[in-house]
Amino acid sequence: MDAQNTSAIAVDRLVKRYKGVAAVDGISFRLLPGTVTGLLGGNGAGKTTTIAMIMGLVTPTSGTVNVLGAEMPRERYRVLHRMNFESPYVDMPTRLTVRQNLSVFAQLYAVADIDGRIASLAADLDLTEFLDRPTGKLSAGQKTRVSLAKSLLNKPEVLLLDEPTASLDPDTADWVRSRLEEYRREQGATVLLASHNMSEVERLCERVIIMKKGRIEDDDTPERLLSRYGRETLEEVFLDVARGRRQSEAAQ
Amino acid sequence: MSKSRAITRADTGVNFSLNRVSAMVRRYWYLLRSSWPRILDLIYWPTVQMLMWGFLQLYISQNAGFFARAGGVFIGSVLLWDILFRGQLGFSISFLEEMYARNLGNIMMSPLRPTEFLLALMIMSVVRLSIGMIPVSILAIVFFGFNLWALGLALAAFFANLILTSWSVGIFVAGLLLRNGLGAESMAWTIMFLFLPLTCVYYPVAVLPEWLQYFAWALPPTYVFEGMRALVIDHAFRADLMLEAFAFNIILFAAASFAFLKLLQSARIHGSLLQTGE
Repeated sequence: MDAQNTSAIAVDRLVKRYKGVAAVDGISFRLLPGTVTGLLGGNGAGKTTTIAMIMGLVTPTSGTVNVLGAEMPRERYRVLHRMNFESPYVDMPTRLTVRQNLSVFAQLYAVADIDGRIASLAADLDLTEFLDRPTGKLSAGQKTRVSLAKSLLNKPEVLLLDEPTASLDPDTADWVRSRLEEYRREQGATVLLASHNMSEVERLCERVIIMKKGRIEDDDTPERLLSRYGRETLEEVFLDVARGRRQSEAAQ
Repeated sequence: MSKSRAITRADTGVNFSLNRVSAMVRRYWYLLRSSWPRILDLIYWPTVQMLMWGFLQLYISQNAGFFARAGGVFIGSVLLWDILFRGQLGFSISFLEEMYARNLGNIMMSPLRPTEFLLALMIMSVVRLSIGMIPVSILAIVFFGFNLWALGLALAAFFANLILTSWSVGIFVAGLLLRNGLGAESMAWTIMFLFLPLTCVYYPVAVLPEWLQYFAWALPPTYVFEGMRALVIDHAFRADLMLEAFAFNIILFAAASFAFLKLLQSARIHGSLLQTGE
């Protein structure tokens, strides 16, 4: 079996250009099943475009994306029911109650026991008391938990998270990270996490891919990155990469 | 790795799924029933329009012999025009609701197929149309003695042709919205008005200059409005007109579906599915 077939996500020489400008410029990586990988980069680094191509929402200019053995976006309907995502850039209808929203998406994902799954997720994510409240009436933290519940409805094998704790207070963000850790541990899911929060990445990810101007600047475990850059935190590593400091310079 | 399969049913493969269509219909129904302004909006304009044209017809018929004989032509035109216009609007507004709610990314990332999405929107256009038109058709009986339902099978033929056209236009507009975001929103509200003069809603095709008549006869609703006038004025059901309308509708529907798929493809290339703002 080749590496593409054993990888949950295989990205190969991926390019996306908009009007001649490269948003993603020839990146390649493979994510093994059951791993959590952080995708780091400043604004405009190409993280969201990369995730959108993995989801099949954006067609690459060149290169390939393969998810669970399906080429995206051409074969996306073979695997979309085994994937899910959460992003602060999309919302759920605000007038529908949490239960209505979750049940519509559960039906879209063909979840067998819709009521049972919603009850179970509501209990896990502390949403039970909000289930019959309009989604638009919830606080930012509660809405994030609802989005997270939506992303876990079908127990996805591949979970794509685009800044899942953006705009959350530290307590709620920490709580969300704990739920994600639990989910990964219990389900063995492959998680790709785009984030600006370095402590989040350090805590959740066993591998970090750092992007800059559409390219991969570095790709390693958090421990090895810290060691190679001679830094105490990933935030310092991120700043070194963002400001173009070489590893040798950074380590001095 | 395969635990997700244990909780999902077998119909998650590549086939068309009525289950997913019903999920989307349920989503729009929840929204509609939760908002009385949305329901009122469905009834408000058709009622105002029907009353305005009805009273105008009443006035003219009292002063002109032809219109005295052709009672109901204006109201019939108004009601059939509303099927065409509101049918498209019902389709397009349901689609726009996803953009207003910033929910399109969730929808496009789900296993929902474009064809299933479009079918759900078609069903919702009929639901919304029914909520608006049934009370208005009853008011037309009460105020002007015009019974739309008395047209019987002819009404079914008129309705089928008009709703098909409205869906075709709605599908095309949905494609434009996917490709251009809310910047194309005004198309959803105004595109059907292009049909108003050309499909001869309130006057016979013969009124148009000869060269323009060729354009008019290329539009399916023209046959419906001519057929309605033949029925109300001459008491003759023109099945030939309905068949011609249907043939043009098939072409229009196929062209709109093709355009939608091309615009969706273009939206994926240009990355506009996640950027649905202006």
